[in-house]
Amino acid sequence: MVNAGDTAWILISSALVLLMTPGLAFFYGGMVRRKNVLSVLMQCFIIMCVLSLQWVLVGYSLSFAPSKGFWGGLQWFGLNGVGLEPYADYAGTIPHQAFMIFQAMFAIITPALIIGAFAERMKFSAFLVFTLLWATFVYDPLCNWVWGMGGWLRNLGALDFAGGTVVHINAGIAALVTAIVLGRRNNLEKNVPTPHNLPFVVLGTGLLWFGWFGFNAGSALAANGLAVNAFVVTNTAAAAAGLSWALIEWLRNGKPTVFGVCSGVVAGLVAITPAAGFVSVIPAIIIGLLVSVICFIAVTVIKPLFGYDDSLDAFGVHCVGGIWGALATGLFASKLVNPAGANGVFFGNPKQFFIQLLAVGVTIVYTAVATFVIYKLVDIFVGVRVDEKSEAIGLDLTQHRERAYTILE
Amino acid sequence: MKLVIAIIQPYKLEEVKEELYNVEVNLITVSEVLGHGRQKGVTEVYRGSKETGNLLRKIRLEIAVNDNYLEPTIKAIVKGAKTGETGDGKIFVLDLKECIRIRTEERGTTAIG
Amino acid sequence: MINQADTLFVLLSAAFVMLMTPGLAFFYGGMVRRKNILSVLMQCFVALCLLSLQWILFGYSLSFAPGNGFWGGFSWFGLNGVGSTPYAGYSATIPHQAFMVFQMMFAVITPALIIGAFAERMKFSAFLVFTLLWATFVYDPLCHWVWGEGGWLRNLGVLDFAGGIVVHTSAGIAALVTTIVIGKRKNLEHSPSPHNLPFVVLGTALLWFGWYGFNAGSALAVNGIAVNAFITTNTAAAAAGLSWAFLEWIRNGKPTVFGIVTGSIAGLATITPASGFVSPVSAILIGIAASIVCFIAVAVTKPRFGYDDSLDAFGVHGVGGILGTLLTGVLASKAINPLGANGLFYGNPKQLLIQLLAVAVAVTYTFLVTFGIYKLVDVFFRMRVSEKDELVGLDLTQHRERAYTILE
Repeated sequence: MVNAGDTAWILISSALVLLMTPGLAFFYGGMVRRKNVLSVLMQCFIIMCVLSLQWVLVGYSLSFAPSKGFWGGLQWFGLNGVGLEPYADYAGTIPHQAFMIFQAMFAIITPALIIGAFAERMKFSAFLVFTLLWATFVYDPLCNWVWGMGGWLRNLGALDFAGGTVVHINAGIAALVTAIVLGRRNNLEKNVPTPHNLPFVVLGTGLLWFGWFGFNAGSALAANGLAVNAFVVTNTAAAAAGLSWALIEWLRNGKPTVFGVCSGVVAGLVAITPAAGFVSVIPAIIIGLLVSVICFIAVTVIKPLFGYDDSLDAFGVHCVGGIWGALATGLFASKLVNPAGANGVFFGNPKQFFIQLLAVGVTIVYTAVATFVIYKLVDIFVGVRVDEKSEAIGLDLTQHRERAYTILE
Repeated sequence: MKLVIAIIQPYKLEEVKEELYNVEVNLITVSEVLGHGRQKGVTEVYRGSKETGNLLRKIRLEIAVNDNYLEPTIKAIVKGAKTGETGDGKIFVLDLKECIRIRTEERGTTAIG
Repeated sequence: MINQADTLFVLLSAAFVMLMTPGLAFFYGGMVRRKNILSVLMQCFVALCLLSLQWILFGYSLSFAPGNGFWGGFSWFGLNGVGSTPYAGYSATIPHQAFMVFQMMFAVITPALIIGAFAERMKFSAFLVFTLLWATFVYDPLCHWVWGEGGWLRNLGVLDFAGGIVVHTSAGIAALVTTIVIGKRKNLEHSPSPHNLPFVVLGTALLWFGWYGFNAGSALAVNGIAVNAFITTNTAAAAAGLSWAFLEWIRNGKPTVFGIVTGSIAGLATITPASGFVSPVSAILIGIAASIVCFIAVAVTKPRFGYDDSLDAFGVHGVGGILGTLLTGVLASKAINPLGANGLFYGNPKQLLIQLLAVAVAVTYTFLVTFGIYKLVDVFFRMRVSEKDELVGLDLTQHRERAYTILE
């Protein structure tokens, strides 16, 4: 039975999640140098185009058609059989296509998150091929394991409300791999790039926060108490994380920064994502407060120590925050919040923590290996990195023949 | 005292700065400018229409030096900015009549360094 | 009984209102000088973080829990007892937490509105303490009086649909107080111009968009009143934007972008208390009145008295909020909202007196308590940055950041 309220909620949530990708574009775009802002905006926008098509043609089928073990098979190719009748195994009260388009927005933003790792140095053509392959061979199978009918991680009982493993850890590990194999940007030691437009970062953060309500509360797939809970804890974790990042900076560097608050907010949103439908408000505050500490260490201590150039901290925020969120779900989940979920360690079920750990481990290993292989393949056929001079001139001019800003008039 | 004005490629700024530090020239003023050179402009495309002959973006350096620093400064700029292709830029050297440090009101060669 | 459509509408409205705070950040941020934009964005974002937590921990309880005459007490501390069952005293058809989170966004944006008054010169640490105290001792009690169960202004029958008194009057008066006590910015004679007007326009667009959630969402249900509020909101914003442009055209010779967006915001602030009680035609009147009165406040009164309300938080929100609350007492009609009351034009002059009393109470209370809080924080933290820091700009001195790079 199609329910009007639920359907309206999911359609609106889809629109909210769609807005996150332009939000991400500004979040990332503000951080790069003036000469590269268009390349980042372009990558985000082209992903909206490419993956929207990939999803309706093959992606949805590979991800959500009843599992054949590795992925879903092609029986829903071109949305064949995906109509306006609800598909009860995913969402019994909304048209199947509404569920499909909601999931499409997740499939779009996940590869877009990786952009942060290779910003300012990847060739546009290579980016296109890489993204398409990555979505098909990494995102779609993983999505099938965790959320698809018969997916083996789902059958194990792994909890991932809105995409901690599927979206954030997944994208974050891919970010780490690409950042390492692609190598550092040139001249990084002498010339630490500063964000060229911090207000854009703030704008992006605002849009991400707004859209995240659709991401998390929409994942309840109905307009009900669970959606309300997800909405409330999402806001709470974001607030706690933004505040604690500012406090950490205040203690360590003497001044709290806008960039820090924005980073903290996004880290908090990432961390609460897998937990949003399973934890209550007080655990959300704890998850938010701690994610800033963990991500702050990842970004300011671990990254310089190992020297990989994760330009915009896609790994440091999304993967690290995602892992913390997935594990925290195993700690704080409670059946009082969501009877369909499970209890975590603090509610007398330590087994859940190990299931979460296993899901995280599987994601990390699979994504790391598959991403590496895809990267190497693309590198052989297309060449992933731009040449040194193009990098120095900037990707806007060399890849797109455009400039973002004029100087005069 | 001389005033060195150099027009260079934007993406060479970091290398030029590095070379200048190596010869202990630390006080420079940098601005972003537009100019016509001999080279054809980089083609830019907006909504499908090509725009050629645009003014090119360049970086303008201004460096005041004492006479004994002039040649090292010029060499450093050339070393940092030269690619051998058109568009590398130009260096102008002007006589500098006076230099005053505002804070101390020192004048002349002591005010430059 | 939980109604799904209502729940989804209120949740969505909460998201809309959340977006207003980033919108406000850009609305204000575009108006300040380049050296201070980050400080404004930071203040808005930190308000969003700080007050989200304050609200969950005790703000909601102080504002909405059944309590004594002054505020709501601590019975709902940490959302204790605030769950997914509806609380009929506020909204019988949505989970109690949905109502809570919708109200949270109001508690967030109200202190953020005040930022416009002391922009470009307040110390960040002092701002944090001030905001927390202000939210707790001004917003929460006032909210309780007007909207809380047993609140004495509510019992008197005051009409404030979406926050003309609670949000705009209180923030506007607090803005006036802080701007007077903190004093003018240095070097004001070279009147600082907005460093990025497109940001102001972007912010206005996000505010206008979010305001549908603010006003229509305040119906707390998908019904005719929500639709009416949606329409009056849009109408008043449009009428006010247009009439501000005409005023400028007549007075200064040219209509400005800055003017039309200021007018729209004035219209939105003014229609807020009235949106669920007046007809669309009344909304046009309210919009036009908002522009005229706020224009006078900003362009005539402010220069005459010489206070430095940097971004016109008082001139637009305070004046607009007061005006709107009074006009509600004039133009409200039971034909629009049977749960409301008739105003002066519909044969009930008493309503205008009630509105007047509520405004007077809100103004007096906010004025005194804001002053007290300001002085208290000033003693411990010093509110104002040093003169040199002010000249260098708050971005560098308070946050060690710059908004824009020049090269590359």
